[in-house]
Amino acid sequence: MSILVDENTRVVIQGITGGEGTFHTKRMLEYGTKVVAGVTPGKGGQTHLDVPVFNTVADAVAEEGTNATAIFVPPLFAADAVMEAADAGVDLVVCITEGIPTFDMIKVKRFLKEKDCHMIGPNTPGIISPGKCKIGIMPGHIHTPGSIGIISRSGTLTYEAVQQVSLQGYGQSTAIGIGGDPIVGLKFIELLQMFKEDEDTEAVVLIGEIGGTAEEEAAEYIKQEFPKPVVSFIAGQTAPPGRRMGHAGAIIAGGKGTAKEKMEALEAAGVFVAKSPADMGARIKEALS
Amino acid sequence: MKIHEYQAKSILNQYGVRIPRGEVAETAEKAYEIAKDIGPKVVVKAQIHAGGRGKGGGVKLANTPEEAQERAREIIGMNLVTHQTGPEGKLVKTILVEEALDIAKELYIGIVIDRAKEAPVVMASSEGGMEIEKVAAETPELIFKEYINPATGFLPFQARKLAFQLGLEGNTFKQAVKFLLTLYKAFESTDASLAEINPLLITGQGDVLALDAKMNFDDNALVRHPNIKGMRDLDEEEPLEVEASEFDLNYIKLDGNVGCMVNGAGLAMATMDIIMYSGGMPANFLDVGGGVSEEAVKNAFKILISDKDVKAALINIFGGIVRCDLVANGIVKAARELELNIPMVIRLEGTNVELGKKILEDSGLAFFSASSMKEAAEKVVPLASQ
Repeated sequence: MSILVDENTRVVIQGITGGEGTFHTKRMLEYGTKVVAGVTPGKGGQTHLDVPVFNTVADAVAEEGTNATAIFVPPLFAADAVMEAADAGVDLVVCITEGIPTFDMIKVKRFLKEKDCHMIGPNTPGIISPGKCKIGIMPGHIHTPGSIGIISRSGTLTYEAVQQVSLQGYGQSTAIGIGGDPIVGLKFIELLQMFKEDEDTEAVVLIGEIGGTAEEEAAEYIKQEFPKPVVSFIAGQTAPPGRRMGHAGAIIAGGKGTAKEKMEALEAAGVFVAKSPADMGARIKEALS
Repeated sequence: MKIHEYQAKSILNQYGVRIPRGEVAETAEKAYEIAKDIGPKVVVKAQIHAGGRGKGGGVKLANTPEEAQERAREIIGMNLVTHQTGPEGKLVKTILVEEALDIAKELYIGIVIDRAKEAPVVMASSEGGMEIEKVAAETPELIFKEYINPATGFLPFQARKLAFQLGLEGNTFKQAVKFLLTLYKAFESTDASLAEINPLLITGQGDVLALDAKMNFDDNALVRHPNIKGMRDLDEEEPLEVEASEFDLNYIKLDGNVGCMVNGAGLAMATMDIIMYSGGMPANFLDVGGGVSEEAVKNAFKILISDKDVKAALINIFGGIVRCDLVANGIVKAARELELNIPMVIRLEGTNVELGKKILEDSGLAFFSASSMKEAAEKVVPLASQ
């Protein structure tokens, strides 16, 4: 029915007592997410929003059996927070924080290789399996349970896709923002592999953007191994080269990473590519008919 | 963030990377003094961020201090046009005067972050002085690479491997190994995103020096390098982009006439794209970001409409972190303060959308409403061409 998160996911919020952490923890609780713990070093023993606060993630895992975390700590401390969670045995880290130095994430990814832990993000809206669990900052109410998987490098553009999918009468199995940074945790291929195994996902919407080669790598995987229909949109067809378009990872560098290359690679892999962002919903309908 | 050649060289020098003797000047007289000191033969180099300075006439050789003064006079104040500046060129204010060295060989060294491999990569090539993209496309076998494990850093054996692959020997080999290791140390210690030495010079005596140097830095890490942050040259940037950055807004000026204000980088790019599919061209990329205050939205709006090329504006907000009522309040306040004279199409969606729409309607402002991106783009394009 979903990948990575469901009704059994028990979530800890790192940075729960901060402004962003408080605002979004409230919304996650309202959505029905099982937020069972918070972590703020030095505030262990307190409760915040009726959620027990611990000094360390290890304490939260031991006391509340948390298996997923959402990170709302400031950029220079976020890498440490991710590694703390992975070390404490949390299965899934959702790193919301934007603005983490690239070198920090390179070290984090190396650290995670030795751990049994998936990371989503950083610089992500998070992950939602509608009706079951939302870990992140996306508006819950626009999502409906259903059979479309969504993977995106963007935040608000994902909401746009969700809305278009919903207007066509389809819901989502799981929607994931993989993050807008150059170095991120789970990428397109790993998530496509999970959607391949998920019986209730009928089709996938893959939203990419300029910069890097993740979409081209995904196209190659889809061509070889992914049996379900895929719809895609690539943002930044009008973006100039050499300029960072908001996301740290969205830059055409050395002539590489253009929208055109990505769209061609995906089309060659049999993906239903929506040229205009307004056509994502229509192409889903086409792909499933 | 980008910096000038002379700034990159001074940073590299602090880490032990060998550079030619030289000094910065802003006047021809200073160039004369420097040449007298380090010359007589010097190279006078225009300091702008764009590449291709030599071909554009911004790098010149001088045999005497008098000649150096003459060349400096020509270059300072010139409008330097290169393939990277665009046809309008760039005004040269600063020059670097360096000792002229004899060139036996020119090589290439570059360090970047390889996104697919999730690691820094040190690249070396015998094809110095050429664009590395061109070498990669035409003769990839001439580029040697070593990927760096962040836990161990760049290891001496890797540096030796690259130096052997470049065919270096004896004292030159030893110097090159040290050069590579110190360059990587500088790259890692400063959170650089690029450190490029092109060309790396081998002199007639076999010495190894950075003839040119280019460094870019990870914007996200500048907070831990205040000295590098202080090297930012606002003259190299679009004034509106500088203003936007002071408000922590992501803004990039483009060539079209449809102004955009969007929340989220992906949606902002998609909005630009849909304007194109509706027959128009975007005037800018503008992401008001997540969690922005009413004040920031107002600032974003000011920047948007102070661009004289903007004939109509599309505001596309899909609320997640950003609540539509906040955005609506920002728009209303800005519109009242800045006497609006351009037509606006507003599309609000997401958190608190009804409240946001109500604020806009109650404001009495003249705007066009749209319920989808497509409708918004189709409405704004004809308004911009009127």
